[in-house]
Amino acid sequence: MFATSLRLIAAAAVTCLALPAMAAERVTNFMLDNGMEVVVIEDNRAPVVVHMVWYKAGSADEPEGKSGIAHYLEHLMFKATETLEDGEFSRIVAANGGTDNAFTSYDYTAYFQRVAADRLELMMQMESERMVNLRLDEDDIATERDVVIEERNQRTDSDPGSIFNEQRRAAQYLNHRYGIPIIGWRHEIETLGLADAQAWYDAHYAPNNAVLVVAGDVTPDEVRALAETYYGPIPANPAITERARPQEPPQLSERRMIYRDARVAQPYVTRSYLAPERDSGAQETAAALLYLSEILGGSGATSVLGKALQFDGQRAVYTAAFYGGQSLDDTTFGLIAVPVPGVSLQEIEDEMDAVIAQFMVDGIDLDQFERIKTQIRASGIYAQDNTEALARRYGSALTQGLTVEDVQAWPNILQAVTPDDVMAAAEMIFDRSNAVTGWLMSDAPAQEVSQ
Amino acid sequence: MIRTLIAALFLAAPAAAEVTIQEVTSPGGIDAWLVEERSIPFVALELRFRGGASLDEPGKRGATNLMMALLEEGAGDLDARGFAQATEELAARFDFDAYDDTLTIGAEFLTENRDEAVELLRLALQEPAFNQTALDRVRGQVESIIRSDAQDADDVASNTYFDLAFGDHPYGTDLNGTLDSVAALTREDIFAAHRNALVRDQLYVGAVGDISADELGVLLDDLLGGLPASGAALAPEIDYDLAGGVTVVDFASPQSTALFGHGGIERDDPDFFAAFILNEILGGRGLESRLSQEVREKRGLTYGVSSFLVSKDRAQMYLGSVRSSNDRIGQAIDVIRDEWTRMADEGVTAEELEETKLYLTGAYPLRFDGNGTIANILAGMQMQDLGVDYIATRNDKVNAVTLEEINRVAAELLQPENLHFVVVGQPDALETTN
Repeated sequence: MFATSLRLIAAAAVTCLALPAMAAERVTNFMLDNGMEVVVIEDNRAPVVVHMVWYKAGSADEPEGKSGIAHYLEHLMFKATETLEDGEFSRIVAANGGTDNAFTSYDYTAYFQRVAADRLELMMQMESERMVNLRLDEDDIATERDVVIEERNQRTDSDPGSIFNEQRRAAQYLNHRYGIPIIGWRHEIETLGLADAQAWYDAHYAPNNAVLVVAGDVTPDEVRALAETYYGPIPANPAITERARPQEPPQLSERRMIYRDARVAQPYVTRSYLAPERDSGAQETAAALLYLSEILGGSGATSVLGKALQFDGQRAVYTAAFYGGQSLDDTTFGLIAVPVPGVSLQEIEDEMDAVIAQFMVDGIDLDQFERIKTQIRASGIYAQDNTEALARRYGSALTQGLTVEDVQAWPNILQAVTPDDVMAAAEMIFDRSNAVTGWLMSDAPAQEVSQ
Repeated sequence: MIRTLIAALFLAAPAAAEVTIQEVTSPGGIDAWLVEERSIPFVALELRFRGGASLDEPGKRGATNLMMALLEEGAGDLDARGFAQATEELAARFDFDAYDDTLTIGAEFLTENRDEAVELLRLALQEPAFNQTALDRVRGQVESIIRSDAQDADDVASNTYFDLAFGDHPYGTDLNGTLDSVAALTREDIFAAHRNALVRDQLYVGAVGDISADELGVLLDDLLGGLPASGAALAPEIDYDLAGGVTVVDFASPQSTALFGHGGIERDDPDFFAAFILNEILGGRGLESRLSQEVREKRGLTYGVSSFLVSKDRAQMYLGSVRSSNDRIGQAIDVIRDEWTRMADEGVTAEELEETKLYLTGAYPLRFDGNGTIANILAGMQMQDLGVDYIATRNDKVNAVTLEEINRVAAELLQPENLHFVVVGQPDALETTN
């Protein structure tokens, strides 16, 4: 069966099954005097190093009316600094055989380079330079804003699944800025200017708001010496305080939405419930929810939804469950079902609900539970093969409220989950008063006629 | 001060790739390349079969792709669910994919249950059930993908472009097939596609991980020894001869997607390295390329523009893509034409050539990172008929390209007058040319 079928849906479902390592990787962490956290992951198989700086500032930290400023500033970070010309950062990385990029999420903005291990010093020199010495000018600002608007055109407005997902999140969060798209609403992007970018940069880019992750063919001592040389002298910004974003009130009312778009070839239904995330020192519920998502919708052939709707009933071409456990604030647990032609969205939604209701009565197939546990354990072995992914795991965790100890405890917490834990988590999560049910459908009314 | 240090670091020699490849021939005569890497207790295995979805017989478009999708849907005594459960119990990972010229099977399995995992994969490859229930279910998934692709601007652009360029040749249609062709496929068609494509004389194997050469030899004989020695003839070669021009496909979207190009160059052409470096400078590498600089950085017309050499088994192309708002795509295309022409006329500068060589030679050793990645590279190198010594000599070949050579190739390879743009969207001031 196609694991990657239906790109539209894969893009819509925020699957983030951050599967654990078994902590076999060699990890060292320490803090510089100015408050910058450092994580070193050693892997000496290839003469390569990944250098990442993660800022504890993402789109959900933005001020009202300025949506998209975190991502826009990420683009502008490749422009001129005090000693580097516009674009020179990436040119120097390339001239050294490296690649570089950056990404922005709700909870963080991160910059990374992948280079030969003996170029690490140069990367630190340049990345520390742009932590505080960016020099923005009006020309860059205007052209780059056009680029960001084209990016929004491409990623969001050209893709009905992305628009649907954006609307769904907006309905899911009543108060938290997780309901606002990372790239920003178009009408707000259009008004972002130099002063906004500068204010965002000044408020968030400082060593005491950053995490350095270096992974690859290095030693912790080398990294410490270089980090003290390049990042160490940058003073902490005393104005930076603990992050405190507007939180969700109790959600008391179920929400339903329909998005119609002529470009939709394959209608589907989603249901997303507000869910707890992995919290430092308290990851047990999140671990149970991760199992629940695998049990209900992990594999088409063996999951509860897949078996009932794709195999036995032949009512759906695709089903899945998704849970984004790593998140600074409240996250979501979701279900998705894509009906076969001739089955309406109302029918597939009802059938999906019936399958879940039956699951709550029948409980968990213990053989399936053991298989999932085995796969989670094995994923720790496979994960060691990808150093860059390990680096991302630590960088994202440390900017999403977790610690190195939490990351390393996670595999054991997952292995300790019991079927009773999973059922208790399911009882807690399936509450329609905090859920959004969404239908993505074509303009054509024929989609709604059932046979 | 920063520039001084950078200059000093430029002088450092690029890191060397530290992989030791063993050429293995199994007792039964199957060749493979192996890198032993004992630090993590698993093996990554990459199998590739030349021929790919282009082996589809006339009227059976989509058969090879559907066959590959069905390999994990039941084999031996196991039905689809039984096969999935067995895979999950072993925590093995199998991945079956179809491309125009190649079928790929990626496998990762733990040392602790290697024999059981290999036996399961053997069943899938040698004793697939292709039962009617699974066939109908997976057919429905493929049909869903075909319907979605018809509403996806990128897919509409590539399907239109390749239809114009290659017509009835398999390269002219999408390997998923059409709703009609897929609906008509039978079990017999799937078995035929299996017999035609998964054959030993088109097989290339890369393996990396916790296994010795002797153990790998035995494993390969078990896994693949029972496949037929040979299968269907490869698709014929086809010349690219699409004329320059513009084809607009009406598609409701705020943004237009353009796919453009002309003929390309063979992978084994003596000028290939010059062409490869040339493309890096024109539109290959990130934001530093000329196309990115002119279209994105200076004018803000797009989020992404790039060009790429497409050297397929039976045809060669030089393609590029760009997306821009409907009111600005025309301007983006003008800039791209101008850059194509400027490069053909003036070539690259000595500085661009030098910088690009530094990038390519420095980046090359960084590829060999991770068992799965290296297994893929090993299989790919064998398919391209590169020797094991290629890794050691590849950077010399890049460095040997001279300014005169690359600029001669620029004048020969780049044909601005032959660029054909397929534009999917509702572009202002752009119309289909005759």
